[in-house]
Amino acid sequence: MAKKRIVTTTINGKETQFLCQPRQTLLEILRDDLALTGSKEGCSNGNCGACTVLCNGKAVNSCLILAVEAEGAEIETIEGVAPVDGLDSLQDAFLQQAALQCGICTPGFIMSAKALLQEQPDPSEEDIRFNLAGNLCRCTGYDKIVRAVQDAAAARQQV
Amino acid sequence: MASTSYKVIGTRPIRHDGTDKVTGRAQFGADIQLSGMLFGAILRSPHAHARIKSIDISQAESYPGVHAVVTGTDLPEQQQKVAHLGEGDVNLYHLSQNVLARQKVLYKGHAVAAVAADDIHIAQEATQLINVEYEVLPPVLDVLEAMQDEAPVLNDDVRTDSMAGEESKDPTNVAKHYFYEKGNIEKGFEAAHVVIEREYRTSTVHQGYIEPHNATALWNQDGQITIWTSTQGSFMVRQQMADLLKLPESRIKVVPMEIGGGFGGKISVYLQPVAALLSKKSGRPVKLVMDRASVFEATGPTPGSYIRVKMGADREGKLTAAEAYVAFEAGGFPGSPVVCACMCIFACYDVPHGRINGYDVCVNKPRSNAYRAPGSTHAAFAAESVVDEICERLEMDPVEFRLKNAAQEGTRRVDGVQFARIGMKETVEAIRDSEHWKSSLEGKYRGRGIASGFWFNVGLKSSVTAMLAADGTVSLLEGSTDIGGTRASLSMQLAETLGIAAEDIKPAVVDTDSVGYNDVTGGSRVTFSTGIAVHNAGLEMRRQLIERVANIWEVKVEDVQYEDGKVRGPGGKEFTFRELAAKIHATGEPITVKGTSGSENQAGAFGTHCVDVEVDPETGKVDVLRYTIAQDCGTAIHPAYVEGQMQGGAAQGIGWALNEEYVYDEHGAMRNATFLDYRIPTCCDLPMMDTIIVEVPDPQHPFGVRGVGEVPIAPPPAALVAAIYQAVGVRMRELPASPPRLLHQILQR
Amino acid sequence: MVPLVYIPPLLKSLTNGQEIVEVSGKNVREVIQAVEAIYPGFAARICDGDDLRSGLAVTVGTKLATNGLREVVDTDSEVHFLPAISGG
Repeated sequence: MAKKRIVTTTINGKETQFLCQPRQTLLEILRDDLALTGSKEGCSNGNCGACTVLCNGKAVNSCLILAVEAEGAEIETIEGVAPVDGLDSLQDAFLQQAALQCGICTPGFIMSAKALLQEQPDPSEEDIRFNLAGNLCRCTGYDKIVRAVQDAAAARQQV
Repeated sequence: MASTSYKVIGTRPIRHDGTDKVTGRAQFGADIQLSGMLFGAILRSPHAHARIKSIDISQAESYPGVHAVVTGTDLPEQQQKVAHLGEGDVNLYHLSQNVLARQKVLYKGHAVAAVAADDIHIAQEATQLINVEYEVLPPVLDVLEAMQDEAPVLNDDVRTDSMAGEESKDPTNVAKHYFYEKGNIEKGFEAAHVVIEREYRTSTVHQGYIEPHNATALWNQDGQITIWTSTQGSFMVRQQMADLLKLPESRIKVVPMEIGGGFGGKISVYLQPVAALLSKKSGRPVKLVMDRASVFEATGPTPGSYIRVKMGADREGKLTAAEAYVAFEAGGFPGSPVVCACMCIFACYDVPHGRINGYDVCVNKPRSNAYRAPGSTHAAFAAESVVDEICERLEMDPVEFRLKNAAQEGTRRVDGVQFARIGMKETVEAIRDSEHWKSSLEGKYRGRGIASGFWFNVGLKSSVTAMLAADGTVSLLEGSTDIGGTRASLSMQLAETLGIAAEDIKPAVVDTDSVGYNDVTGGSRVTFSTGIAVHNAGLEMRRQLIERVANIWEVKVEDVQYEDGKVRGPGGKEFTFRELAAKIHATGEPITVKGTSGSENQAGAFGTHCVDVEVDPETGKVDVLRYTIAQDCGTAIHPAYVEGQMQGGAAQGIGWALNEEYVYDEHGAMRNATFLDYRIPTCCDLPMMDTIIVEVPDPQHPFGVRGVGEVPIAPPPAALVAAIYQAVGVRMRELPASPPRLLHQILQR
Repeated sequence: MVPLVYIPPLLKSLTNGQEIVEVSGKNVREVIQAVEAIYPGFAARICDGDDLRSGLAVTVGTKLATNGLREVVDTDSEVHFLPAISGG
């Protein structure tokens, strides 16, 4: 087995060091070593998006990134989204719109939507659907998810 | 019958578990971490059909970091015995063989052995050191081929069973034959002006829940076993575990974790007994999580099918007769939902003369399991497609045809039973009156289709406990695992019963030692049946509160009224719920009540869908332009989650119709066991989904609830192929109507 | 009026083709016994000891019975024997 490496990253605004094997994915380290289990494992091959995190502001599938690749990166996970005293407008919109049923895909959707709204504060329905197409939801049919992102975009414009 | 007097029912409060789910704090099955926990991996068969000649685990056992290796012989031997799982029966001999194969493997991915090790990588490596010697046998993958006498036989203990007893002497793949008859079918077809007979095929499709199966087990040193798992039925897991391990149920506690989708696929056990065996051998807790390929290859998809339907109607468009032959691919072991397909196939209509034959057939594919309205989607695809052709032949509006033939209260189904109060007609009327149906659809290669569907919905048993707190809130302990917002729908029913706010109920889904028995979260039963239990608990709490307040006021119980969250007594005496709660501890015993249900069964529910499509004639790709779902929901408790069920069910039906299928090679290997190649609908594939909630209350439920979850998956394939026909003039009689298949038909036209 | 027992089509060979048998009985068990008395062999296909056969359900009127053989049958009830179904 290859030697373990020390990796230094920023996770949810806090400098974090961890030890990992070269074969371990960022998702595995987040979940099993750092106890950040909000990022979910649905497929392990980048198809479902349940493990989406932001890496230097971009939405990525953390199951497709090796943990060693996170050296020096700024990572944001679902655990870092809510402010101390409430919820982010996206989280709030998901609840108001009933945009989740089982909830397993929800963290990934919120992370992808967050990346989208950072890039495009006023996306069209088509923009939203295109940008969330890498996140699979099997419960909702996406209708309420798209509406939630629309609502969150509107709420952010008002702030 | 509007819910005029309801204060909570019909509103849209934030779900109680919502914050945990949008912050990533909700604990799903794979999220559990235990001290000293090991990770497990399963070795699976590379062959679709083979005899196991030997298994050598010695190398794996001595691999550094490995703590335990188990095979099928670690499970107790099972006799042929049927276990009643509340939601359905299961043959324990087959279930045990499915959990870990013994003599034979019956599908690629069939579990053969398992390893527990310090980490998942070591466990996976060690499985590759297990040496299994197979005698490879020819597989049979198609339902009609498997029914032939010369087909390879999967199970030598299977004979064709029917109501009349065994129909075969020799081992066969045809495990069951069902037969229904009503009236005189020949007479019925003689009276017809139009008779259409068609054959339909559907592929194996998967529920496609995003969360893979998982189980963490601790076989403690005192012999007590705890299982943390995501399941639709923690009590079903406990019972299956007890039966498979031959232990009393009291030795097993099942802790239901949040469940990331189930749709029928998370009722049967797969990993739970294996994790327990690994824990017993290693003396440590063991976590097993499936990878996505195993979820596809080794859990319980819904069967592929062959269906032949013949229907006749007179000049006026009244159905005169209907006949069906339905054969389902059960997978490696018997138990497909073909019987449900038989009972659903003509349920939308008043059929004077009918005959239905159904066959449950083993093939070398994973053992099939329930998937949302099991069997009804296959059935609706076939029957509704024939209806569409009859309408075309009679030049009759498909809405008018449905209104003319719709089943209603008193209609006798082909299986003989009469319907109670149902809302089939009302859903068709809702579509007729919708903006969508009234709008015109213009443009080349565009078409519109409608179709209806039915599901029984079940009752079964539930228990809840409700506890009054001094601050005026009520804790609700339930055992129905919450897949899609039932904490909310149950809390709302308790809140309505007590006359308090939904937010003042604190629901918790607890383990099998902490609440009374609950049947599975399935059959669209929780809001109905656990709802009745919750209502009963609320009534009992009200009774005790009245008693208490009578005691406080020193008046007779009869002189106290409970109304609107208040108690009122003689001389204008009054307490609000909150005021009274504050006095409970000072005035007597705590108020902790239970509620149970189990003597009611649902009357069934119907939906009618309307869809507009545009077909690209160059590629065969179908775009869904507009979609409207009308469904009889009895009474919608939380309309947003009712809409969500309708939208989500329809989305699954659309995926089934247009893309989803297991693709097999000739050796019986699934060639598309990833979400990239087994393509469920994405955000880009669907439009907004309009919903029309039709409310025909079910009188058996105190608030008129009907189950909502399952019906909406049934109509989409039939509605879509009807729309495709209108768009490009080809009738797709094989699912999915995926681009290559549809293009092939377009080019052949 | 007496309860009407609908004979499952595959069992009509036991009842000389009779589709509906009128018998008296206060509950499902008595009704089955009454059919058995006229058409021997019927009960063995429906019951396993003092239970319904596994996988079988009984409907009285329009309602799926929850009490098995003990389910009360009214004088004008229809009784149907059907496979038990569940759901997803």
